[in-house]
Amino acid sequence: MVAIPSRHRSLALLAGVLLAQILMLAVQIKRDSRGRLIRVWAVSTVTPFERAGAWGVVKVRGVWRHYFALQGTSRENEALRTENDALKLSISQLQSKAAEADRLGALLNFKTSNEKVAMVGARVIGASAGTASRTIEIDRGERDGIHRNQPVITPDGAVGKVIEVYRDSAQVLLLTDKDSGVGAMLVESRIQGPVGGTGEPMLTMKYVAADDTVSVGEKIVTSGMDKIFPRDVPVGTVLEVKPGTPFKQIRVRPAANLDRLEEVFVLLTQEPVEFQKEAEAQSTQAQSAPAETPATAPPAAVKP
Amino acid sequence: MNDTFELRSGDTHIEVHKFFPGSIAGVTILALTLQATFPVYVRRLDFLDLPLLITIYFGLSRRNPSTGLLLGTTIGLLQDSLSGPTVPLGLYGIAKTVVGFLASSIGARLDTEHPVARFALTVGFFVLHQAVMVLTRRLLLAQPEPWFNMHLVVAAAANAVLGVPLFLLLDRLRRSS
Repeated sequence: MVAIPSRHRSLALLAGVLLAQILMLAVQIKRDSRGRLIRVWAVSTVTPFERAGAWGVVKVRGVWRHYFALQGTSRENEALRTENDALKLSISQLQSKAAEADRLGALLNFKTSNEKVAMVGARVIGASAGTASRTIEIDRGERDGIHRNQPVITPDGAVGKVIEVYRDSAQVLLLTDKDSGVGAMLVESRIQGPVGGTGEPMLTMKYVAADDTVSVGEKIVTSGMDKIFPRDVPVGTVLEVKPGTPFKQIRVRPAANLDRLEEVFVLLTQEPVEFQKEAEAQSTQAQSAPAETPATAPPAAVKP
Repeated sequence: MNDTFELRSGDTHIEVHKFFPGSIAGVTILALTLQATFPVYVRRLDFLDLPLLITIYFGLSRRNPSTGLLLGTTIGLLQDSLSGPTVPLGLYGIAKTVVGFLASSIGARLDTEHPVARFALTVGFFVLHQAVMVLTRRLLLAQPEPWFNMHLVVAAAANAVLGVPLFLLLDRLRRSS
């Protein structure tokens, strides 16, 4: 026999649960408490599944790229199917490995050129469970020396900062989050202002006076004034400038591809980091390109 | 205990479904894990709210307002926990509590098995969920938040489109009477 609660009991329970959560919100705002214990439990529960999921995605992606994606083309010529499949399988594997090697090579170059800077490489294993925030979860935590408010970067530029640390993982607030902000300045005019997120893919630069001159395409780097990021870390490029009173409205395209993050670096100190300039990157690419490129070769990966 | 039983409301008979042991907890953890994982690979799909769909489904199926709202609270608080410290505990919790309660209450009065009904209810609950979140942000957190934008309409429709086949899939977890 299943007892069905009366309507009044349900309403009383609803009121009680809602009231408890409203009080919990009030306590968090008043004391700046963030319910650390509940979060630790939740993250500890989900992190193993996320790790397994990330592992599974890599495997499934590998199987998809190496076999299923080639099935369509293999139908074109029945006679050559076996040989064709084998050749394409090899090419696909090589392309995948080359792309991965390029990506890891860029990361290694970046780390090698900044040997003196203490940093930890991390893999992105999760993201915020909803649109209310823009965060990612990385597979490094307290055991790796990660602490709150440490800056997170890629070889392309600033990504965000560590906002919560657990034993084996940490959460990173992306620059695109509404609550995010980084002290920044325009490279040419040296005008300073915070760059923050709006919850959208683009960033905004705030508090730039209406009579200041800002041109589209101008680079923005960190100013170091926020005491989190070192100076001169690329933040983005000015995408659009609209007049406003008393401040201009400036939209910024992030330097790092924040929508496709797979590996990042957590800076353990505030020492300056050396980023490869665009001209140097192009010259490096030209030097590393083979003299004769076969027709079937994969397109060169874009390096930072 | 029977696996299913009927609620009598006027002349209508509405079946209350039970599920295999552990299936609700398993589906909840899976939904939260997927919600936290797939934006890493497909950022454009971050408007999908799997925990909300799970709350709606189990609310409509279990048809018990008390368990519906408690399940909504649990899922919402877990989603808050996984959304980082900038999201206070209770933001998703309050919204999903209301959705869980209303889904169970409506499920106890109407037959919600038809795909069209499920689609319409999912759209409605998605809009309600967003409305409660905006209300919470504006009133309790003093954060300016727009009431309506086109993104909401698209997201509501997309979640409902995903919800219909997902609910059919979840129907397989029901214990037959």
